[in-house]
Amino acid sequence: MKSITKQKTFDEITQQLQDFNRIFIAGCGTCATLTRTGGVEEVADIKEKLVSQGKLVTGSLVIPVACDDMTEALAKENNISLKSAQVVLVMACALGVHRMSQYVNIPVIPALDTLFIGIDDGQGSFHEVCAQCGQCVLGEMADICPITACHKGLLNGPCGGTNNGKCEVDKEKDCAWTLIYNRLKEQNRLDAMRKYQPPKNYQVMPRPRVLKVM
Amino acid sequence: MPSKFKSLLDSGKFVITSEIGPPKGTNIEKMLHHIDILKDKVDGINVTDHQSSVMRFPSIGGCLAIEERGGEPILQMTCRDRNRMALQAELLFAYIRGVRNVLCLTGDAVPVGDHKEAKGVFDLDSVQLLRTIRTMESGKDLGGNELDGTVKFCAGAIVTPEANPIEPQLIKFEKKVEAGAEFFQTQAVYDLDKFARFMQFARRFPVKVLAGIVLLSSAKMAKYMTDNVPGIFVPQNLIDELANAPKGTALSKGIEIAGRMVATLKKEAMCDGVHIMAIGKEEVVPDILAAAGV
Repeated sequence: MKSITKQKTFDEITQQLQDFNRIFIAGCGTCATLTRTGGVEEVADIKEKLVSQGKLVTGSLVIPVACDDMTEALAKENNISLKSAQVVLVMACALGVHRMSQYVNIPVIPALDTLFIGIDDGQGSFHEVCAQCGQCVLGEMADICPITACHKGLLNGPCGGTNNGKCEVDKEKDCAWTLIYNRLKEQNRLDAMRKYQPPKNYQVMPRPRVLKVM
Repeated sequence: MPSKFKSLLDSGKFVITSEIGPPKGTNIEKMLHHIDILKDKVDGINVTDHQSSVMRFPSIGGCLAIEERGGEPILQMTCRDRNRMALQAELLFAYIRGVRNVLCLTGDAVPVGDHKEAKGVFDLDSVQLLRTIRTMESGKDLGGNELDGTVKFCAGAIVTPEANPIEPQLIKFEKKVEAGAEFFQTQAVYDLDKFARFMQFARRFPVKVLAGIVLLSSAKMAKYMTDNVPGIFVPQNLIDELANAPKGTALSKGIEIAGRMVATLKKEAMCDGVHIMAIGKEEVVPDILAAAGV
């Protein structure tokens, strides 16, 4: 699983930081490093830009995994530079922002927008494959999720907007239902596509979602 | 009692429907004018539902106007803008106001329209919406609760006979039939050989098919549709015919082509009727019918 992010514009970042002069910056060594939005280089880059704007960066680091309890340990380790900061700028996905906010009592500001949970194709592109709907239909859909891969999240086949295997919202994007059709056909399983899919339960676990395992 | 439209479909008559698009704004004069032109000439008038995801006066409003003026409305309902609660509520309202025909559509995507940042709903899809109608007719809502007073609709759907690839669309066609679709209005057809092949398939099912006829107003428009509208393919000979029409007569040529197609479809009993979409040129629908001799 990778949490796919994109960096906010520098204007938006500085706007969020306008009331603060002393800033601590935290990146993430996992997903945000892979997407080049919050790794060592990006943290250094933002730091340089903020300094050139007259901001004081009290400290910066790249947390190996910003969404787990490593953040707590590193927050303790960097207690002094965190204490002297007025704000923490987090260059990780929203999970990292949440983690950090559990351990400090000053504002925690996201430098990134969290886009989706995806996988990479090994060629520098990331693809959304799961919408975390709580009711997985992959088994009947040739392992292609129509909730995620179809713009409209249709469950019973393609809309009339598809053309030559592409989606009506973007000719560069594949029509999920053409992909599902092709793969089911290849597997000699087109009956799965003929099966009626009833309206989806959008409240499998009403938000906010919580799962206790112990 | 079945709707007037349903009775006509079942009578075996070659049925003719057309459609109007409500205005963006409260000035409904033009829409009323179009209703008045069409109401005695066609067997049913579709009212589009924020067509192309462009926000407009609602389809139910247009249907009530048709009803008031003595026409037979076909309510187009997409799943783009309402969740299952709002869709059911609108069906209840439509029913008590005398609207008895519903065309169930998925709806165009939000980003193709004029409110690109809006949240698309798609809580249901077109197949599920068809089943919703049948569920409500049985006296229950989608939550399984009893309705105090039920509905009865003639429910229809759409199909794109020239889609590429075609088989996924045909599978969905079957699912729509199983979900209770009684009639289909097709995306525009121009290539009658291809349409005949589609009808060979469609004839296996107990549904009525109305071929979609989109008026071609110029060679440029025909080319634009072929290049940009999914499932529409205008053959080169028709584009040439429009291009070769003397200056200022392309629209008349388009009317002639549309009329000729309607006449052929009827004469050869290829389908059960036609659905004429004039897209802003509703005024000339009677001319198309005259050209077709129907």
